Amino acid sequence: MESVPILKIGTTLLVSIQVDLQDHTALQLQEDLADRITSTGARGVLIDISGLEIVDSFIGRMLASIASISRVLDATTVVVGMRPAVAITMVELGLSLGGVRTALDVEKGLRLLDVGEDDAEHLLLDPDGTEAE
Amino acid sequence: MSGPQVGEPEAVPIAVDADVVRVRQAVRALAQTARLSLVDQTKFVTAASELARNTLVYGGGGEAVLTLVSDARRTGVRVRFSDDGPGIADLDLAMTDGYTSGNGLGLGLSGARRLVETFTIDTAPGAGTRIEITSWSR
Repeated sequence: MESVPILKIGTTLLVSIQVDLQDHTALQLQEDLADRITSTGARGVLIDISGLEIVDSFIGRMLASIASISRVLDATTVVVGMRPAVAITMVELGLSLGGVRTALDVEKGLRLLDVGEDDAEHLLLDPDGTEAE
Repeated sequence: MSGPQVGEPEAVPIAVDADVVRVRQAVRALAQTARLSLVDQTKFVTAASELARNTLVYGGGGEAVLTLVSDARRTGVRVRFSDDGPGIADLDLAMTDGYTSGNGLGLGLSGARRLVETFTIDTAPGAGTRIEITSWSR
């Protein structure tokens, strides 16, 4: 079964969704993220959905759930990279993603999470997201 | 209104989770062939995703049949979802935003209708559900 990788950079967990998500893969991501937040003490979760061609009610609900779960676990979630056509469609569908913080791209999302300067520098210098020293 | 079909109908079975993704991908490809705008493609594929999931979760599985259609001026894409599930007793209620008989958000049917140009539904208790959606190029 496919799963979505979760990268840890400093106190932030970074998830980039690059595949068309099956429903159970989305639910798995939700559980994996909750586990990683508690095991790492992460303070922020950044979810990049620029690879998603659609966000239907199931994926929308997953994003809202992740935001709620991480809030309860003392972490902030920011969803970044939503395509314009996806935003238009989601609103017409009736999904507002209320309670989910959003930013246009990863860089703005990190700023919203107020990632420490050092962490941010590593991230921005290294687009692959691997840990740079 | 409906116009003649252009291409051979393509049937995609809906029996497991992964089939919902297959329906999305097949519908996306056909919507591109029909030259829908990017926003209309996105709306149509999103509607198809909601309806494919309904077919699986509430209808107990079924199929989606995709057809390229055309009239004198435009090309379009039509998808017919059918299942032999329990059917819908109170259609007005089922089409209401926020109503769900399961544990979803209750946006599937009502939301899908808003995202496409034409939406027809044929259902009755014990008689399964058939939903047809169509959108056109501009």
